[in-house]
Amino acid sequence: MVDRRHFIKNIASSLAALGGLSLLQRSGLAAATELPIMDTLPGKEALIKQTFRPPNYETPISYFDAPFTPNNQFFVRYHNAVIPEIKTSEWRLHIGGDAARTPLKLTLERLRKDFEQVEIPALCLCSGNRRAAFEPPAPGLQWGSGAMGNALWRGVRLKDVLEKAGIDPSALEVSLAGSDSGVLPTTPDFVKSLPLTKALDENTLIAFEMNGEPLPHWNGFPARLIVPGWTATYWMKHLTAINVISKPLDDFWMKTAYRVPKDRFPSGQFSSQETETHMPITEILINSLITNLVDGQTLPKSKPIEIKGVAWDSGDGIARVEVSTDGGSNWQQATLKQDYGRFSWRQWQLVFTPKHPGQYPIMARATSHSGASQPLEPIPNPSGYHHNAVQKITVKAV
Amino acid sequence: MRTLILLLSLFTATATAGENQIFLKERPGKNQVATQCAICHSLDYITQHATVLDRAGWEKTVGKMINTMGAPIDAADKQIIIDYLAQNYGK
Repeated sequence: MVDRRHFIKNIASSLAALGGLSLLQRSGLAAATELPIMDTLPGKEALIKQTFRPPNYETPISYFDAPFTPNNQFFVRYHNAVIPEIKTSEWRLHIGGDAARTPLKLTLERLRKDFEQVEIPALCLCSGNRRAAFEPPAPGLQWGSGAMGNALWRGVRLKDVLEKAGIDPSALEVSLAGSDSGVLPTTPDFVKSLPLTKALDENTLIAFEMNGEPLPHWNGFPARLIVPGWTATYWMKHLTAINVISKPLDDFWMKTAYRVPKDRFPSGQFSSQETETHMPITEILINSLITNLVDGQTLPKSKPIEIKGVAWDSGDGIARVEVSTDGGSNWQQATLKQDYGRFSWRQWQLVFTPKHPGQYPIMARATSHSGASQPLEPIPNPSGYHHNAVQKITVKAV
Repeated sequence: MRTLILLLSLFTATATAGENQIFLKERPGKNQVATQCAICHSLDYITQHATVLDRAGWEKTVGKMINTMGAPIDAADKQIIIDYLAQNYGK
């Protein structure tokens, strides 16, 4: 059964690659088997298409073997469908707001030249990554595990830019807007805010380079916000306006969307947006992913294989990753690979030899330097955020 | 009418090639769904929620599209759209 599913998946990918989507979908296979549809945006390799418009594409897990996710394999996520191609010469970044003393207007050249440049390796993780694994299902894009990527970001500190504009003592939050918009004038723009403390964190950047190249169009050219340790909803792409404000930002994207119940997650560090019961999603939770095995895979018995994966958290750093090959009864410590910094994911590996024929339920569990570890079940929340349960992948040795 | 032409031209201007390969079920209400929902987004948003949303979920979602996202859908079409989605793409 599993083999058949993989067979169909492979056919689906091949057909999609050949532009045979129509044949596939008319045949009814797509709906019946929940196939991943591979599609290629300009400048990208084929990614798993969630939605065409706005474009939402996730990275196949097999691409996560590299410490840094290549730009042309990096996931794409938009809320609104109008995404202008920006010319560097015409782009301006406006810094203002009622709690900024001297509004600024910066060109990309001024941004690059007037402020110290810094580089930070950091994981960009969609709040809803792994939403499709929630049971019961949660509404929202049905992401698998590929709505994330690790990159080396180069830019300038948001703090330095805000200080040049002058921060009034009344400042409470910093709002962020990008150039993308809805199709209709009645659709609200996607605007987010950060608490002032996070905006002034030395790791929060206005980035213009990703892995040594200008940001790809689909990842926010010419400049986007980088908020290491926090989920990607704050990492505003195609930045156009940053406002220092004295009142909490009151829009759908702060007050209704991207929120979690307070009673089951760590403190949100965003008190100006909290109610008695709810808070914005903020810090990434401890998590890991097995990247080179799929459920139902067949392995030759008595032959050593490497189990490989990545682990990450909000910036405490990964202390250890333990792997079980017997469904959680016994755990072995995996080898952690190079440490690129506390906001980067950490690659790990463990050599495993299935000695006898049969089923091997493989699990991986990460623990951070603060002692936080992954739960066995995801933490329920209405919008399906923060899925960080220990995976279980069953392979068969023959 | 002018608004409709403007909207349709916006739609054709922004629809991607791939999304022309999404086929919704041919049942009453499909035209309202295909023309109105697709002004702002591809219809795979609908197909991927077939295992996620029940009738109450679709009612909430269509309400959000009108009240929060500014979709210009009148009350009659709203009901047709909810019925179509609940009957054909409800879990």
